Amino acid sequence: MTDVRQRTSPLEWEYAPAPEARDIVKFQERYGLFIGGELVEPRSKEWFPTISPATEEQLAEVALAGAEDVDAAVGAARNAFENGWSTLRPAERAKYLYRIARLLQERSRELAVAESLNGGKPIKESRDVDVPLAAAHFFYYAGWADKLEYAFPNRRPAPLGVAGQIIPWNFPLLMLAWKIAPALAAGNTVVLKPAETTPLTALIFADVCRQAELPAGVVNIITGDGSTGAHLVRHRGLDKIAFTGSTEVGKAIQRELAGTGTRLTLELGGKAANIVFDDCALDQAIEGIVNGIYFNQGHVCCAGSRLLVQEPIAELLIAKLKRRLETLRLGDPLDKNTDIGAINSRAQLERIRELVASGEEEGAEIYQPPCVLPEKGYWFAPTVFTNVAQSYRIAQEEIFGPVLSVLTFRTPDEAIEKANNTAYGLSAGVWTEKGSRILCMAQRLRAGVVWANTFNRFDPASPFGGYKESGFGREGGRHGLEPYLRFEE
Amino acid sequence: MAREQEMAASATRLDSMAAASTLPTPSFPGGFELPLAFRLPRIGSVDAVALEARAAELAKRSIKKDSKLAALELAVRMMDLTTLEGADTPGKVSALCSKAIRPDPVDRTVPSVAAVCVYPNLVAGAKARLAGSGVKVASVATAFPSGQTSTALKVAEVREVVVLGADEVDMVIDRGAFLSGRYSKVYDEICQVKEACGEAHLKVILETGELGTYDNVRRASLLAMAAGADFVKTSTGKVSPAATLPVTLCMLEAVRDVHDETGRVVGMKPAGGIRTAKQAIQYLCVLHETLGTQWMTPDLFRFGASSLLNDVLMQIRKQKTGVYQSLDYFTSD
Amino acid sequence: MSRLPVRKTYKLFVGGTFPRSESGRTYEAEGQNVAHASRKDVRDAVVAARKAFAGWAGTAAYNRGQVLYRLAEMMEARADNLAAVCSGRDEVDAAVDRVVWYAGWADKLAQVLGSSNPVSGPYFNFTVPEPTGVVAILAPDEPALGGLVSRLAPALVGGNAVVAVASETHPLAAIELAEAIATSDVPAGVVNILTGFRAELGPILAGHMDVNAIDVTGAGDDTADLERAAAANVKRVARGSADSQSPWEIASFLEMKTVWHPVGQ
Repeated sequence: MTDVRQRTSPLEWEYAPAPEARDIVKFQERYGLFIGGELVEPRSKEWFPTISPATEEQLAEVALAGAEDVDAAVGAARNAFENGWSTLRPAERAKYLYRIARLLQERSRELAVAESLNGGKPIKESRDVDVPLAAAHFFYYAGWADKLEYAFPNRRPAPLGVAGQIIPWNFPLLMLAWKIAPALAAGNTVVLKPAETTPLTALIFADVCRQAELPAGVVNIITGDGSTGAHLVRHRGLDKIAFTGSTEVGKAIQRELAGTGTRLTLELGGKAANIVFDDCALDQAIEGIVNGIYFNQGHVCCAGSRLLVQEPIAELLIAKLKRRLETLRLGDPLDKNTDIGAINSRAQLERIRELVASGEEEGAEIYQPPCVLPEKGYWFAPTVFTNVAQSYRIAQEEIFGPVLSVLTFRTPDEAIEKANNTAYGLSAGVWTEKGSRILCMAQRLRAGVVWANTFNRFDPASPFGGYKESGFGREGGRHGLEPYLRFEE
Repeated sequence: MAREQEMAASATRLDSMAAASTLPTPSFPGGFELPLAFRLPRIGSVDAVALEARAAELAKRSIKKDSKLAALELAVRMMDLTTLEGADTPGKVSALCSKAIRPDPVDRTVPSVAAVCVYPNLVAGAKARLAGSGVKVASVATAFPSGQTSTALKVAEVREVVVLGADEVDMVIDRGAFLSGRYSKVYDEICQVKEACGEAHLKVILETGELGTYDNVRRASLLAMAAGADFVKTSTGKVSPAATLPVTLCMLEAVRDVHDETGRVVGMKPAGGIRTAKQAIQYLCVLHETLGTQWMTPDLFRFGASSLLNDVLMQIRKQKTGVYQSLDYFTSD
Repeated sequence: MSRLPVRKTYKLFVGGTFPRSESGRTYEAEGQNVAHASRKDVRDAVVAARKAFAGWAGTAAYNRGQVLYRLAEMMEARADNLAAVCSGRDEVDAAVDRVVWYAGWADKLAQVLGSSNPVSGPYFNFTVPEPTGVVAILAPDEPALGGLVSRLAPALVGGNAVVAVASETHPLAAIELAEAIATSDVPAGVVNILTGFRAELGPILAGHMDVNAIDVTGAGDDTADLERAAAANVKRVARGSADSQSPWEIASFLEMKTVWHPVGQ
């Protein structure tokens, strides 16, 4: 057999840098708080810088909302709720949401670039996933605004009032859409707190609200850190809290709201099992595994971070997976060819490093493809751990980074046992060609979302949320309206 | 051979492709061979949605400037410039050959194409016209495009085109046999054609547009490679859909699996439906991501096309001059 | 001369059996000595519920409906006994009717609460309700029978396993109900009923890491503390009423599971 290298004169094939134009987005030097329809100076008088995690350059300065600011925002939202929004004809409410959806589409490139700059995610993801899905969420819920009684027959649905919403840094604009779209469609007004490290697309969204001529105070956006979120949660003028973030903070919020009657939905962490059977469509499973854990640098609560491979194909699959990782391109988030962008923050990078070190210490075998990490900014190479035992920290704790732990199993029962052996229950994946096995696994997996022969798909029509310590309540679909309504049955 | 026997034989042969290299022949009396190892190439299956999603993602790869020019020139060198019309004449083929040798008379740095692909009748003329140019003559054969004739006639046709000077033979598989599960018929025929080819390179056309599923495309690719194909090729160009990005990805994955397991190096030729330079670059991206730079040579990848060449030439000139071009400035053949 | 009646000993109902409290203690309520369940009885009840959960959740909806209907039959047959330990026959009749009403929901829930979701892409996507797991119920003090049945039936019909704490002041109806349950086809461990002091048992259940949801309808002043403790494992908290009847009560103890699959040839 001729060796391929002797027969050919290979071409050096390099993707040239293909950066998305950055000048499409112009950040202000400083952003105030969006309260009552305008950007206002924070009463706290405090500001903090927000940076690009890829370069550590400062992009803008944003206000750090204190207790008084939170109070002002809640007041503005209450005022808007009572003086207009809750009595507006639902069909009119719908039209505002349609307007927002259209504006998001029109400004999609700007928003995508801003998202990648501020959050570090590859432009191909912000452009093809985050922003279009955010617009789709508004479009989807717009249609529900005047059809609520069909969604909940015999229940006489009515809005709750003012919702406080706290979102994470992994999908800043998309999580904003998941929160705001159903809340507004149901007739509520909101006070939204973006994550500390990723406030900028929410502030552009404030401008979208202005362009949509949304009544003042219907959407209020207060930037800040954990203390701002705590002020919001402790504010007793809210009818509802919706939180997406860590399980630890989720529990603290649940404790804080105990006995207050404030409605709560929590979308928390996960440690999803991605189960691959020996009869799967192998090359597509590889793609699903890669998409499951390296999408958005693994900053995904439903990431397929525990790969469970059936033993007969483990060796083959791991070899294929490692080779596939070599083709992943890590670098400038604004480059259209980039697959892996920057880690969102120094703190997150340190957490990933710490957990990866623990994996090596505990005896797992680490693999990282050759890849050069940029000198500035926060980066972590895509990582696979093999020989992982269920008891290792990397198999138990949410890493929230591009780190995959590979475990093996022999029978479907063992796969289920291992997959469900976690405090979490957000998502799971199954790869097999056998239809009845898919349905059986889907039934037995204790997780809110089961992806069969696919992974990490999202849609506004599809309910999303967890079992067990991954939270409660659903976002998306008809089910996503319910947490924002009360019923006068 | 009775139908049942044939099917059993074909099943065994196909399955044993996976295991033949390592499995011992069973030693107990009355035993039969079973594929027991989880090895490549697995016959396996292909998930259509995920395959198409991956191809779509790769199609968004962006290459610019220097890389683009190199890619376009590579595309020219990989091209099987094709004419397969009932109305083809020696004159038409002769003109095509000139174009093949020197695609852009204005810009002599543009390389020649890989081959000219014609019907058997036109092989001798093309061979003469291309003598000494380095451009190869490929002939379609085996009752192209339908393949609906006897194996004996197909083999005779192949012998003839080789005698006439074809460097490469593009055969079609017997889709009728394949789709009715008579895999051994397909396999045996490819084996016989390969033998008849002698030194000539054999490209096996699967006609993926008639196979219906990616599972079938993968199965047929493995079958063709196992039977000795030097290249696997998507389409005749006479059936729609012809080459698509996902079908090409599917076949490249089969090529990769065969190479992983057996070390055998097989080429790939998407043909039909590739009309623009942009598409050609997308195919090269898929090739690069699936098999790497080692496969990025005309020895192992070809484009079967007719109208693609001029679009590539226009884009090359545009890259060099920065000015958008018109087809009026490029000869039609 | 009149006959001396044989008295009933009021015990716990755990794992399909009627044990005395592990503590050996009783307390007096409604003129009877009633088992005073301890921390370890809670532990045993949760273990029994967890063990029974998978089987009950996996029982076909149609069968679950029939089992609940059978429970209604058993209650009807004991109507006099039940009437004697609650406010009377009306309460019993209403409780039986409520069980029948919920029994009919077993094989309709998924149709009313689930959905198939038109996602934009080649995927089939559907959402189905599934039981939450082990549900702790703190029954309201009154109505003694109706309150417990109103909270118990929706949790059961959805496929959950239950550990219920009976009315503290009127626990006899719960034990009588347990006897009806024991003689119906409800599998052992699917319903466990404890009697004792809510202030002792509630916090243990609320903080228990193997309890998935807690119904605090009967918790009274302890509600806030229990809800705080429930955060330990992100329990679902249901705050219902002692007399409601609605499919949405069932939904309080359900999880929505969404499944995606590509649609391709």
